[in-house]
Amino acid sequence: MPPLKSVAATLAADARHTVTVVLNGAPRTGQAHPRLLLSDFLRHELGAHGTRVGCEHGVCGACTVRIDGVAQRACLTLAVQADGRRIDTVEGLSQSNEGRMTALQEAFRRHHALQCGFCTAGILMSLSDYLGRNPKPTEEELRDMLSAHLCRCTGYAGIVRAVMDVTGQAAVSKTMGEEAAHV
Amino acid sequence: MKPASFDYLRPATVADALAALAAEGDDARVIAGGQSLMPMLNMRLVQPRLLIDFSRLEELRTLRVEAGWLSVGAAVTQAELLSRPSLRDEVPLLAAALPWVGHFQTRNRGTVCGSVAHADPSAETPLCLVATGGEVVLRNARRRRTVKAADFFLGPLTTVKAADEIVESVRFPLAAAGSGHAFREVSMRHGDFAITACAATVDGTRASLAVGGVADRPTLRFWPLAGGALPPDLDAALNAFAWDLGGDDDQHATARYRRDLVRRIGRTVLEEALSCRR
Repeated sequence: MPPLKSVAATLAADARHTVTVVLNGAPRTGQAHPRLLLSDFLRHELGAHGTRVGCEHGVCGACTVRIDGVAQRACLTLAVQADGRRIDTVEGLSQSNEGRMTALQEAFRRHHALQCGFCTAGILMSLSDYLGRNPKPTEEELRDMLSAHLCRCTGYAGIVRAVMDVTGQAAVSKTMGEEAAHV
Repeated sequence: MKPASFDYLRPATVADALAALAAEGDDARVIAGGQSLMPMLNMRLVQPRLLIDFSRLEELRTLRVEAGWLSVGAAVTQAELLSRPSLRDEVPLLAAALPWVGHFQTRNRGTVCGSVAHADPSAETPLCLVATGGEVVLRNARRRRTVKAADFFLGPLTTVKAADEIVESVRFPLAAAGSGHAFREVSMRHGDFAITACAATVDGTRASLAVGGVADRPTLRFWPLAGGALPPDLDAALNAFAWDLGGDDDQHATARYRRDLVRRIGRTVLEEALSCRR
């Protein structure tokens, strides 16, 4: 992460402090106690409800956002730590695509890669970073990356098919049994 | 699942951070990547009065080779180390083990030194540090001291680091010419905590096996090579090592299963390390 300004004085626990982030390209300012999580800051202070809150200890992946472009857990980040940083959430995907769903989101719809949708925002934000670094992952690599996200609806099959489709590849695994062994 | 209240300090220099730590002692906690500390804060397993944030201290973002060591500063993330192209030649064991540390998303944030300071008995980074004979550089407001990895870990989440000290850097010896290295672990899913993790190194004269996830800290044992081959009584030696580690039953695995993993994966990684000597 790039160097940013330090805090000259200690931020007091019982006070709210000004936090400014660039949320999906636009500067946004809110107030946060030091203990406020970035996930709660986004939802309750900035009204950006696309980011979901699941386990709040970094396991389920629902709250994954991009901080300065890099996929990270918002529930393992304090709002005050995000001050001055660029935050990208699921809302920004279509905003940066002239208001239309991105090819990845369309592939999710086409391949039934979501049902209840609770995990989807986090998975999309992980993929939007990961596919930039590894544009044609093998299915094994993809499933390894997806193991950081809990999805209880799809069995991951549709998610894998959607990503392999949008990266111009064919998914290998077909049966539930094989997928259960991997993820 | 929300942290209790704390004051927050993002110091401009390491000296400022150490001064704050000296003043607060046990009531302060240092956060760098926070991938272990934040869950503990969220679950209120730790409730510091002051949180000191190292994540923006450029002084600690150091990653360099010096005098036969790869030195990794406290702000260097696992992802940054893993993406170092020369890591495979410098410390091949780390290159093999780091992909097993958490997930892509947590490696983006979690630090190498933070994992060492946290001292989870099943963690891969402390295991590699012990396996390679690495060192931990501790610093407080007055002095710096270097502790061998074998002396650093005392038990689960417990180290010799004093409350006013930080792990300023850790350093791994560069792999010796002609040595071979291998790493494997068994966990419920890739990225979960290891039930048992094994790291093997074989050089010209001896073989070593470090095991994590069984004893209360990463544990290392050496055997001499017999005519360039693994010792003929290796099965008995691994069995004795497995029993000496003294693992416990828990919700993930029985002690018996862990002993079996030490015997089986231990032999596998030793054979792999022997066969891939460079």
